[in-house]
Amino acid sequence: MFVYADNAATTAMSKTAADAMLPAMQELYGNPSSLHQKGREANMALLGARETVAHCLNADPKEIYFTGCGTEADNWAILEAARLGAEAGKKHIISDTIEHHAVLHTLKKLEKQGFEVTYLPVHENGLVRLGELEAAVRPDTCLVTIMFCNNEIGTLQPVREIGALCREKGILFHTDAVQAVGHVPVDVQKDNIDMLSLSGHKFHAPKGVGALYCKKGVKLKNFIEGGAQERGRRGGTEAIPAILAMAAALRESCGHLTENMEKVTAMRDKLIDGLSKIPCARCNGDPEHKAPGIVSFCFEGVEGESLLLRLDLAGICASSGSACTSGSLDPSHVLLALGLPHEIAHGSLRLSLCEYNSMEDVDYILEQVPEVVRTLRQMSPVWLHMLEHMDDPYQS
Amino acid sequence: MAMEYSEKVMEHFAHPHNVGTIEDADGIGEVGNAKCGDIMRMYLKIDENEIIQDIKFQTFGCASAIATSSIATDMIKGRPVSEALTLTNKAVVEALDGLPAVKVHCSVLAEQAVKAAVADYYKRKGVPCDECETCVSCVHEHDHREEE
Repeated sequence: MFVYADNAATTAMSKTAADAMLPAMQELYGNPSSLHQKGREANMALLGARETVAHCLNADPKEIYFTGCGTEADNWAILEAARLGAEAGKKHIISDTIEHHAVLHTLKKLEKQGFEVTYLPVHENGLVRLGELEAAVRPDTCLVTIMFCNNEIGTLQPVREIGALCREKGILFHTDAVQAVGHVPVDVQKDNIDMLSLSGHKFHAPKGVGALYCKKGVKLKNFIEGGAQERGRRGGTEAIPAILAMAAALRESCGHLTENMEKVTAMRDKLIDGLSKIPCARCNGDPEHKAPGIVSFCFEGVEGESLLLRLDLAGICASSGSACTSGSLDPSHVLLALGLPHEIAHGSLRLSLCEYNSMEDVDYILEQVPEVVRTLRQMSPVWLHMLEHMDDPYQS
Repeated sequence: MAMEYSEKVMEHFAHPHNVGTIEDADGIGEVGNAKCGDIMRMYLKIDENEIIQDIKFQTFGCASAIATSSIATDMIKGRPVSEALTLTNKAVVEALDGLPAVKVHCSVLAEQAVKAAVADYYKRKGVPCDECETCVSCVHEHDHREEE
């Protein structure tokens, strides 16, 4: 059996996206900037895609800028908000400790340029606390950037309330919504969002396309010089096939949002229930404010990469925040920010589901994971040390 | 970052040899720490001719930590104890048809685990072992970050 349970890493392209992309690759080859009929044809398609994406976010098409990926959108939004802040003499930014590296590394770059960044703690459930956010606001705060949904533990931040607070204080609010768009309701107006980053391949569009929403009135400057594309803000001929595919995929995801959420949430809950039965297992993230598809567990006494590769041998694709899987030597900054000790964070497993998964997939995962965890524990000296202080849960 | 493991590594990871413990071991060595993400523990049974009659291991760690433990135990099983002290991490890497650069520290750990077990054996016997001294001191303060 084969189960793909790594949808937070990337998703399979949908038939809808492919159906939008293939003819665009062959027929819509005109450059949208060209005045002739092939150019106009491509430009019309681009306008349509922009309208679709705007509609799905409850934004105006003029507020949508297509980018090469979510990371680019994050970089652009944060660097621009910082530049605008600096122009007004404001060089303080508020974020949190479990952001994606696309945000964290951009903030690090700004810190080197003289900006000050406050990283809010997220506590054991991964949630930012509004009171702490409010207390961190300073007269020179120019930007709050807090992710909509965490990619590792699935925690959904109180974005609407954060946005409202930022509006009240007159501070720009950016959210990295890469894991949220297409999976949970996102409404830039109701959610009080000024800037939002999204990525197509997280909702069944191809890789290599994303978008930045930037509210009218925010004076975004050019990110890539050299062309009139994206209203002069981002030069470079538009990736028409990818953009059309992303718009089609987003329309489909948003059109089926409620039913997909119900389906995926039911699978997620069954998965959490089943995995919770494994001895010395810990479900990470907030039990309530949680993305429909992201499940994160730590199993004491086992190491994540071994777990991952054993599952791979059993046909299950998952991911882990262990050091070994990241290519670095420290476990995931997200799990450490929850207060987990290194040795427990090393034993993490993330399973991320989408509407393409089935209950049979969940059943198969629940058959395999406990077995793999048990096998690895049997050869683990850490588990053996633990047994010195407790009754063997596998014996009782 | 995706990493490529050799078939040999995957074979030893999927079906490791010599996993387990030895109740009446003559030497036990443990290296690494859980904070860094890998611990290896090795058990030796040594016969009257100073031959490693049996060896078992337990490892908490990634695929390469398990694979290096498995092959290192294979390499010294049935060999004289003195020979175990000459096992190098390089030989372990070669026997596995290579390891990704960021995983080379696992082979260092395997070498040290073997040496720590041998050192424990000599210590129990009251036999001085210069080579053991150096390896045991490096074992406890071991920080694999510097060994890549």
